[in-house]
Amino acid sequence: MNYETVIGLEVHVELKTASKIFCGCKNDSKSEPNTNVCPVCMGHPGALPVLNQNALELGLRAALALNCKINQHSKFDRKNYFYPDSPKGYQISQFDKPIGEHGYIEIEVGGERKRIGITRLHLEEDAGKSTHAADGSHTLVDFNRTGVPLIEIVSEPDIRSPEEARLYLEALKSIMEYCDVSDCRMEEGSLRCDANISLRPIGSTTFGNKAELKNMNSFRNVQRGLEYEVERQRELYDAGEPVVQETRRFDEATQTTISMRSKEEAHDYRYFPEPDLVDLDIDDAWLEQIRASIPELPAAKRRRYEEDLGLPAYDAGVLTADPKTAAYYEQVLAAGADAKAASNWVMSDILGALNSEGKSFAECPISPDHLAGLISEIASGKISSKQGREVFKAMWETGKSAAAIIKEQGMEQISDVSVLGPILDEVIAKNEKSVADYLGGKDRALAALVGQVMKATKGKANPALVNQLLIEKINALS
Amino acid sequence: MSAKTVKDILTSIRKGETKSRDWVQQSLSAIEQVDGELKSFLLVDPETALQAADHIDSGQVSEGGLLRGVPYALKDNIVTKGVRTTAASRILENYIPPYSATTAQKLQAAGGVMVGKTNMDEFAMGSSTETSAFQKTANPYGKEYVPGGSSGGSAAAVAAGLVPFALGSDTGGSIRQPAAFCGCFGLKPTYGRVSRYGLIAFASSLDQIGPFTRTAEDAAIVLNAICGHDPMDSTSARGQGEIDFTEGMDAGVKGMRIGIVRNLPEEGLNPAVKAAVDEAIRTLEQAGAEVVEVELPHMEYAVATYYLIAPAEASSNLARFDGVRYGRRAEASGVIDMFERSRSEGFGMEVKRRIIIGTYALSSGYYDAYYKRAQQMRTLIRQDYDRAFATCDVILMPTTPTTAFKFGEKADNPLQMYLNDIYTIPANLAGLPGASVPCGFADGLPIGLQILAKPFDEKSILRVAHAYEHLRTFAWQRPVLGVAE
Amino acid sequence: MKITEETVSHVARLARLAMPPEDLRQLAPQLSDILEYAEQLQQVNMEGVEPTSHPFQEVNVLREDAVRPSLPRDLALANAPEQEAGQVRVPAVLEGSGGA
Repeated sequence: MNYETVIGLEVHVELKTASKIFCGCKNDSKSEPNTNVCPVCMGHPGALPVLNQNALELGLRAALALNCKINQHSKFDRKNYFYPDSPKGYQISQFDKPIGEHGYIEIEVGGERKRIGITRLHLEEDAGKSTHAADGSHTLVDFNRTGVPLIEIVSEPDIRSPEEARLYLEALKSIMEYCDVSDCRMEEGSLRCDANISLRPIGSTTFGNKAELKNMNSFRNVQRGLEYEVERQRELYDAGEPVVQETRRFDEATQTTISMRSKEEAHDYRYFPEPDLVDLDIDDAWLEQIRASIPELPAAKRRRYEEDLGLPAYDAGVLTADPKTAAYYEQVLAAGADAKAASNWVMSDILGALNSEGKSFAECPISPDHLAGLISEIASGKISSKQGREVFKAMWETGKSAAAIIKEQGMEQISDVSVLGPILDEVIAKNEKSVADYLGGKDRALAALVGQVMKATKGKANPALVNQLLIEKINALS
Repeated sequence: MSAKTVKDILTSIRKGETKSRDWVQQSLSAIEQVDGELKSFLLVDPETALQAADHIDSGQVSEGGLLRGVPYALKDNIVTKGVRTTAASRILENYIPPYSATTAQKLQAAGGVMVGKTNMDEFAMGSSTETSAFQKTANPYGKEYVPGGSSGGSAAAVAAGLVPFALGSDTGGSIRQPAAFCGCFGLKPTYGRVSRYGLIAFASSLDQIGPFTRTAEDAAIVLNAICGHDPMDSTSARGQGEIDFTEGMDAGVKGMRIGIVRNLPEEGLNPAVKAAVDEAIRTLEQAGAEVVEVELPHMEYAVATYYLIAPAEASSNLARFDGVRYGRRAEASGVIDMFERSRSEGFGMEVKRRIIIGTYALSSGYYDAYYKRAQQMRTLIRQDYDRAFATCDVILMPTTPTTAFKFGEKADNPLQMYLNDIYTIPANLAGLPGASVPCGFADGLPIGLQILAKPFDEKSILRVAHAYEHLRTFAWQRPVLGVAE
Repeated sequence: MKITEETVSHVARLARLAMPPEDLRQLAPQLSDILEYAEQLQQVNMEGVEPTSHPFQEVNVLREDAVRPSLPRDLALANAPEQEAGQVRVPAVLEGSGGA
């Protein structure tokens, strides 16, 4: 039988604030254990939360960027559960009035645009970090992460393949980065993703039993975990066996998913309005102010690059995936470079060099102005494209401008006909056989002549011009 | 030795007749003499208190300070940095807070000198201070009687003259009821008037800290020192400005409109209590107040509403006592077992009962029927008071249906115990300020007159109470257990 | 509403309270009484009545995003029953023991 895959994702994103969501402790879970803690985030008796305005505004910015409808009257609720790294015995979260609802993200699958619905986006506090002893004897708890501001983004079950899931996450990460809401580093835990996945016969409108996948720490692993799960569930259905509704853990070593076999105690979180916090009332003016702080988002930028700059869809996609790439590219354009030429250099040379050296744009030795300069030297014919690559390498190593390097290395192309003329005459005179071959119809013979000219000029002659002049001169001989 | 008021002590120290050390020493001596029997204190720290007094006397603390040199006590659910704070629970038996409550900081900044922490019902859950895990506090008017609760230790200590003032907390009457039982003045301010930061939470939307004093004027002085917006408490009121609660309190009651409740629920109301309260109302009327009738049609539902909302919030507030970061931890091999055993060993029966009720009321399938309906009723009760206060300045009624009861008398019937809170609970549900002022005796036990006012109008309460204290002398009566006048 | 000992036992488990049978026997009828008393709220028509979760409707109490000093670690951990390497030590958390 043929099945349709149904996937929904729950993503937690850490917000980039200076302090925690409900207290003044530093938002930094990587410090020495239990050094960014206070009575509030340690859940000491009598301590009370006060909401960080920046956390709220970053949450609203994210919700707006994800096309959510904002609940202008919103509130916090307590989600009650016991766990050693949940210091109050409840998590302050949002239940029935999340700050955002009914949003969507656009992804591109096989050249088609597709909308993935977002059910809700809410603010909440993170829990601490538990480290379980390998021998299972005990657990150690660090509360530095307790109270780090999070948004939880729950998608609709609109995702139809593991690849779509990865595309959704990439698009989400990109939007969060554009809004400067979060680093979204999945490896470091600033973006975390759980996935619900089920199969159903094509045409069916009801849902099959789902598995909840946890412990996937990269986008690639999300896709792999889901791919494994699609196969596992398909095989079960084909064998006439039921799929058990359960939580499964992705195991990186085996690239499989493993049942957590928890005695699924039915969760009863006993949500109720948080009495220690007051309600939120976000008026239109405030909301507009936040909306105005959102920069051009990747989807709009991509469209603009394609339509206004005439870039191919592939280029537009690569250049807009990360806001830093787009910012760099736009500065190169602002310095006067041609759109397509700039795209080529940024996509292959700049990104390639940054990746191979593990550098960020902030550490890029070639400034956008310098790259634009290099592009213009090539466009003007001062150096060849091939020389351009060498100049790029030197720019990368020294941080100098293209003009300076060209000058230092004497790389200016010779395009002066009065200089080239005598050299060409000499080459023609010394290579009668090649000339004859060319005239006899062997086009390749011309290349040998060009090579001689380049050799005589130490590679500085403008090859296109040499080509043209040689043909003119030889034709004049006959 | 004498039981002086805050005002007397401040005047005497300011005039240079006495020093802070004299009053702190006197308070410590009184505790030494009386508290062996009264058992109102869980912790007394003479050394630190005397040091603090000397510090003030030596002039090292800046002049001024609204309570400069005055000794006081704190209910043991107000956390004090470095000083053991237990909320009278085994689960916090050895808890040393790493920070101080805003009220504790404010009293210290005002020059007050803390002599100790007072006994209470465990986590403020109770009306007799009998649920304390550590000791039973006696009523200063009779050893076999309870002092009321949950702030029974603070009420008894002030009534017995061991300290001129003490702070308590009031969630459903926990300041006003023990003030009535012990014959002292107790004020529950408007919700949000005083910061809750550092008050070990029972029910967050109902809890409020307030003073026990001998007189209304003293309560005004203490309130001046502890009130005000606190950036650490999101629910503390903003924009109330600088207020002097003593200002205008001696204006008398002439022209004030006193509301009395038509069809006040009177089930279980002791006739002697009713008579004393009626007499107090007549006294105020004769002094020029105008008496008007008001209706509080939903008052009969207040107890049911309260006993869903308060335990629900409590069940969540007490979840943090899990044996992980502080407090009692039971030996166990797994963490769930550790949670369950630590909490079972650490909490007393009344606390467990309320956690169970609250957990049930919030649990899946029952939320709408219990918790949500209680919150809707809370709206109706609030609206009742809004309407009533459109026609009067204060509402008077008994603080409690009866005088103090004997130890063990109601311990076996929780519902009966809860029903006693009928007159005090509505103020918490509506967030109103309320006070209890002594208005007579029945069989030698004090009776309390409750005065309620509209939100943030503590001044009207203080004005009526102050006037009444000068029309009748019950506030000056001395108990059998305690310091003589 | 009659509350059975099983119900009390279930709720006690949610609240992480170990309940010996004698406590369950004592609590079940008391809770029945209390909840039966609370049933009177069911008699009132509350259609359209907004629930009150705070006595007063303050909104938007916010804190500036500024870092304030945290507790020194020894003070933060001073009350912990057990600690190890600057962390709070607890008995083993077995898989499936809850969490969110």
